[in-house]
Amino acid sequence: MEFLQYFGGVFEPVSFLLLLGGTVGGLILGATPGLSPTMAVALLIPFTFQLAPTQGLILLGAAYTSTVAGGAVSAILLRIPGAPANIATALDGNAMAKQGRAAEALHVSFLSSGIGGVIGVFLLIFLTPVLAKWALMFGPSHLFWMAILGVTVIGSLDSKSFVKGLLSGCLGLWLSMIGYDDIQGAQRFIFHDALTGGVSIITALIGIFAIPQVIEMLSAGRKRQDVSTVVVHKQPFLDSLKLTLSSVKSLSIGTTVGSFIGLIPGVGGQIAGLLAYDQTKKFSKDPESFGQGNPQGVIAAESANNAMVGPSLVPLLTLSIPGSPTAAVLLGGLLIHGIFPGGDLFDNHPDVIWTFINSMLIGQILMVIFGIWVAAYAAKVAQVPKAVMASAVLVLAVFGAYSVQQSMGDVYVMFVLGVGMYFLEKFGFSAAPLVLGLILGPIAEANFIQGSMIANAMNGPVEYFLMGPLNLFLIALVVASVGWSFFTTHRENRNSKEPGNA
Amino acid sequence: MKFRLLTAAALAVASLTAAPIAAADYPERPVSLMVSYGAGGATDFQARIVTMVAGNEDYLGQPIVIINKPGAGGRVGWNWFASDAENDGYTMGAYNIPHFIAQSIEGGVKYSAESFEPIANWGADPAVVVVGADSPYNTIEELVAFATENPGKVTLSGAGLYVGHHIAALQIEKATGAKMAYIPTKGGGAAAMKAVIAGDVVAGVNNLSDAFRAREAGSVKILAVADLERSDFISDVPTLMEAGFDVDNSSVNFRGVMVPKGTPQEIIDQLAATVPKMFENARVAKQMKAGGSPMHIMTRDEVLAMWAAREETLQDLLAGLK
Repeated sequence: MEFLQYFGGVFEPVSFLLLLGGTVGGLILGATPGLSPTMAVALLIPFTFQLAPTQGLILLGAAYTSTVAGGAVSAILLRIPGAPANIATALDGNAMAKQGRAAEALHVSFLSSGIGGVIGVFLLIFLTPVLAKWALMFGPSHLFWMAILGVTVIGSLDSKSFVKGLLSGCLGLWLSMIGYDDIQGAQRFIFHDALTGGVSIITALIGIFAIPQVIEMLSAGRKRQDVSTVVVHKQPFLDSLKLTLSSVKSLSIGTTVGSFIGLIPGVGGQIAGLLAYDQTKKFSKDPESFGQGNPQGVIAAESANNAMVGPSLVPLLTLSIPGSPTAAVLLGGLLIHGIFPGGDLFDNHPDVIWTFINSMLIGQILMVIFGIWVAAYAAKVAQVPKAVMASAVLVLAVFGAYSVQQSMGDVYVMFVLGVGMYFLEKFGFSAAPLVLGLILGPIAEANFIQGSMIANAMNGPVEYFLMGPLNLFLIALVVASVGWSFFTTHRENRNSKEPGNA
Repeated sequence: MKFRLLTAAALAVASLTAAPIAAADYPERPVSLMVSYGAGGATDFQARIVTMVAGNEDYLGQPIVIINKPGAGGRVGWNWFASDAENDGYTMGAYNIPHFIAQSIEGGVKYSAESFEPIANWGADPAVVVVGADSPYNTIEELVAFATENPGKVTLSGAGLYVGHHIAALQIEKATGAKMAYIPTKGGGAAAMKAVIAGDVVAGVNNLSDAFRAREAGSVKILAVADLERSDFISDVPTLMEAGFDVDNSSVNFRGVMVPKGTPQEIIDQLAATVPKMFENARVAKQMKAGGSPMHIMTRDEVLAMWAAREETLQDLLAGLK
């Protein structure tokens, strides 16, 4: 309960103003396609040079919290995920927006972000020592199986056809191989200088989600009969609150998956949202409705990606290892003030660290309040004429892709991927499995090769990859996930055949 | 219309002849500094600190803006710097030794030590050998003895190939004659450190600054430093030389500022005179020390000599690898 005595620090005038500014600014930055949480936090670091340590960290903590949630805004309104964590949000959130339920989608998204986020920070406060052990349990063999578990989700994710889902996943895996391979020192598929560093996930995300949208919007504008205005339904806040609070199943799956997977260094953040979404869908009585605008999909994805924020800092705060790119940037923010994270951080600088953690707690709540307030206005985006919207998205997309490496090369890569994706979508392939392949490819590959190298120095790959309780547990999950997919497909086939026979 | 054309021509001529004079006013707008690693990494973090007083009239009188071009272990940024960066003095770059020289020896990149003109060095981060806090090995001799008896059984994690950690691992193998398995990680020094703390590997090669923090956090033991002298941060840890292994400072990660080849000599001279002074600024020193980042200021001439020496050692060391 030690943290309670440091709550006062958050409410000092300057600190609170920074918290407020960080939250509002973070939401706006997060809602801008291409500005990932990592980049937003990095942009703020120079400002913290001038601030006292606590105040600097409050600013960074608030910005981190709210950029993760802000990414949902563009995912819902424009189907452009602000960051990899928001991919799953786009699936149902955007479908809801197209039905005029944007305000409802934004409400449940912010509410479930807030709930997941607060629980995540509480885990950070109370369970840090336990969580630190969990974070260290995952070696290369386990991370490899985690990535394979993610691969099993690919086929069923946002696709009418299982085979087409797998094919787009494979395309994503192939894209992930482009560039220089750090582990074996090979240059692969580098046909152009712009590809030396590989296809960055942010560039790909913008390209394959935003560009097909832009082309679609522009082509629709040519045909008069297609021009339709979306009626934006008013959504009473209390209804959204009731809906969110009654979705106990999605919230608990989202929060649990988010906080425990988000904790694993190097993997968690990007796939937590997708895995939570997939689990919620599998456990749902009505899996068919996912992807068609089911608010449960938004709730699962958003509670997962904000639940991750607190626990993802555990490896940094206890072991001094940044577990995610954003944590690495936060480490810089700590070091600049001479604060060394590690086991005794809570003893040596309790005022700084507890105020920082508390500010993330208050930040989550401020984010919900501000998010709900803007939701009503943001939902009106659906009424903006398509041509105007298309050009605005195009500008943001170019800006976002350019800002990754300050290079036009990324902008070209974005356009090529985007135009390619537009035609693939015409043939029934979808974007989410492709991005998942792009994210999981490097995790699976790097850990498999590292694991094999370590295994060769030990007792061989069979023991290293296939023995031990955690390996067996993960393999069981993989088998269960594949088995479940086969089982449901089989059941569906039988159900659809029976009426035909009768 | 004709008049306008004439003025345009006159302006064009004026701007052409004005070029040499411009060097005297240099810099008259903000200068960018390209960092070939991502925001938040050690190089980026240090570059931001050492350039934060650039706007001061005693130094450049203009702010320095950091531009990150990460990718492929630095190759993306340095390729761009060698082939596309303007050589007018307004684009500087951060170098990491031995990384870029080792990469140019490996091949497949557009740069070598010849492509860049060093300005000054700000930091030196030696590689250290670390083991987990609960490891049975307490000295480098014990670790090497085990490695000698069990060839190939000692796994050593490090951040990728052709970086300081890799060079140090190669030198250690060569000096001790013991066969070890170097395990490069994706995700830089942090991932390699995690592998050591979690016990995924027997030992690791990592940055002194990160290892120092990890030791403060109680999660690792530091067995040896791959440098010529002990470090002030960890004065109790011996160098590999002291332990009797012939490993010099070739793997020390030197960081500094450079400009592309072809930058006017006056500008290089001017920068070479002011930039080291900027690094010596008291505020810079304070922030660097607070962040646990060892400083090592070197002038342009010293850096030129250091680059040449590295080129030679690395050619020898990497000859067997290609």
